[in-house]
Amino acid sequence: MKGVLESLIRGLGTGSVYALLALGFVIIYKATRVISFAQPALMIAGAVAVSYLVQVTGFYLAVLLSTLLIAGVALAVERVAIRPMVGRPVFVVAIITLGVDVVIRVVVNGFIGLDVRQVGDPWGLRLADIGGLVVQQRWIAMFLTTAVLVGLLFAFFRYTRYGLAMRAAAFDQETALAQGVSVGMVFALSWGLAGGLAAVAGTFVGTGQGVDQLTWIIALKALPAIIVGGLDSLGGAVIGGLVIGVVESLVQSYQGDLAPWLGQNFAVVTPYVVMLLVLLVRPYGLFGTPEVERV
Amino acid sequence: MTRMTGRTGDLEAVAEPPRAGPAAPRARRPRGRPLLYTSYSQDMALLDTRAKKVWLALLLGVAILFSGLPDDLLILLAGGYVAAIGAIGLNIVTGYAGQVSLGHAFFIAVGAYTSAALSGDPEGRVVGFGITNMIVWLPAAGLVAALAGVLVAPLAARLRGLYLAIVTLGLVFLGEHIFKEWDHLTGGPGVGRPAAVPELFGFRFDVDSALGTRAQSLYMLMLVLLVLFAVTARNLARSRIGRAFSAIRDRDIAAEVIGVPLTRYKTLAFAISSFYAGCAGALMYTITGFFDPGSFNLLMSVQFIAMILIGGVATVSGAVAGALFITLLPRLTQELPALLPFVSADTTQTPNVFQVQVALYGLLIVLFLVFEPRGLFGLWIRVRAYWKSWPFSY
Repeated sequence: MKGVLESLIRGLGTGSVYALLALGFVIIYKATRVISFAQPALMIAGAVAVSYLVQVTGFYLAVLLSTLLIAGVALAVERVAIRPMVGRPVFVVAIITLGVDVVIRVVVNGFIGLDVRQVGDPWGLRLADIGGLVVQQRWIAMFLTTAVLVGLLFAFFRYTRYGLAMRAAAFDQETALAQGVSVGMVFALSWGLAGGLAAVAGTFVGTGQGVDQLTWIIALKALPAIIVGGLDSLGGAVIGGLVIGVVESLVQSYQGDLAPWLGQNFAVVTPYVVMLLVLLVRPYGLFGTPEVERV
Repeated sequence: MTRMTGRTGDLEAVAEPPRAGPAAPRARRPRGRPLLYTSYSQDMALLDTRAKKVWLALLLGVAILFSGLPDDLLILLAGGYVAAIGAIGLNIVTGYAGQVSLGHAFFIAVGAYTSAALSGDPEGRVVGFGITNMIVWLPAAGLVAALAGVLVAPLAARLRGLYLAIVTLGLVFLGEHIFKEWDHLTGGPGVGRPAAVPELFGFRFDVDSALGTRAQSLYMLMLVLLVLFAVTARNLARSRIGRAFSAIRDRDIAAEVIGVPLTRYKTLAFAISSFYAGCAGALMYTITGFFDPGSFNLLMSVQFIAMILIGGVATVSGAVAGALFITLLPRLTQELPALLPFVSADTTQTPNVFQVQVALYGLLIVLFLVFEPRGLFGLWIRVRAYWKSWPFSY
């Protein structure tokens, strides 16, 4: 039982990273109806920025600066590569983000080099003892930070003018435009928010083990998370991320004993298995809105 | 997708009943009016204008003359032709039928392993049945991959657009895991296994023979197969099935309303596309003779997407052009250090050739989609239109 709880906490920790990334995907999707495949690159760029800034400013300030920096990069990408494509088929825009992702990653890989870069976080791989459960401190830090960020984000959408504008634009772009909402601003804001969230997620991915040129693949696990939660549901993204994280962690702990025939490292692909299973039952995810189309 | 391909006439074409093709009398067309069709069979002809016939003959002639090129270039081109078969396959499901698939690498892997297992050495370290004749393993590779496509289709047919893209992306990761773990078949990551043996009724294409060097025989083999697969795809596109695909792409609900069974045709699109992928996978590694389960990753799928986007969506010639372009790109970037002194040929330095090459894929996709969504095929259309109306601007 103790083992189950410990791996549950680890799952919530990694799951909250997926949740942050998934939120970025969903925010962009709701605003522009496009899945941004550039999130992995932004995530890894955030982690690498922290790993450089931390030597100058200390960890917490570095995270803040990196978040702002990556939000700026995301804004620039949106302005240069995405805005000219407004009105084009979503598939085209999605593929453009894929191209952007490749380009940014090549640049970032230049900064990573061949070694593993440490983000210089205060937790490392140290353990914490909570009521008899021994877990790594960083899982708890991830979970708490994500909880705070998600709370702030939902408050932002609920109570601020800009949040209202974003909700309006997501609901109906043309009507929002007619009511004086600057939809271009909403696009930019959504990319900025997603970039910032990706940078924070990247930093957490880098805690403990550091980042190397292959770390970006972790960000792709947020895709199953948004599919499980439903593409257009913010709450679904958070829940999907946590579910994916917990399932992955449990499989990692017990699959070796219970189902060794699935092969080593099966945990790495469990997010995709979960996604396929959920889609078989609910094609629009757990909380997604079924697409209703008029002919 | 209509805007992407610039074709809008497809929907009307579907409504037209397919009449008897070859039996109908082939009316003569007035001279100097290449686009005036006076009969249905003329409109539906594979090569409907003289210019197309001439160009095709010219291109084929050049391709055959190319067999005199140095061996390393021939090997590169042969690889490009195989990639073109795969790209045509992806174009059937993504270009013609409009179902975005990022899972092409998975089907290529299925084909590669089917053929390698069939033609493998029965005494060897990995599974092998010793059937080296190509006439057996090539269709088998295609069929097994097509079967995999049919198995995926029930899920894929329920989903649309980006949901489908993500699910097929998941397929690549699952496939990668299976192939890495199943080392009895694949040899395991980092080790790999020998590829299929390209042998046809006793003639080995992968060794020097009386007919030519190894590179020359492989080149001719791939060229002939590419022509075969390309003509088949072109035929498919102009048939009832192809028009149903276009109808689904342009508007799936409208297609269903006018009587195109969606699930059946989406399944069919996946099956045919996977058949092409399987054959391409089987052939792809006969050139190098060896392959590793780690090669079938997301990057491969993205490369195929890049091929059809850069080449031209929903055109066979575009897929071929794109595939050749992407395959020859590494060769071109290798020449970069000589031209641009800040690009290093040493992989430990930045910016190095490999990085430039990967970044170029990304940049080219973005640039083509922003400036010429019809791809290389669209550039060709522009050139053609320019000379058609020359010396007037339009």
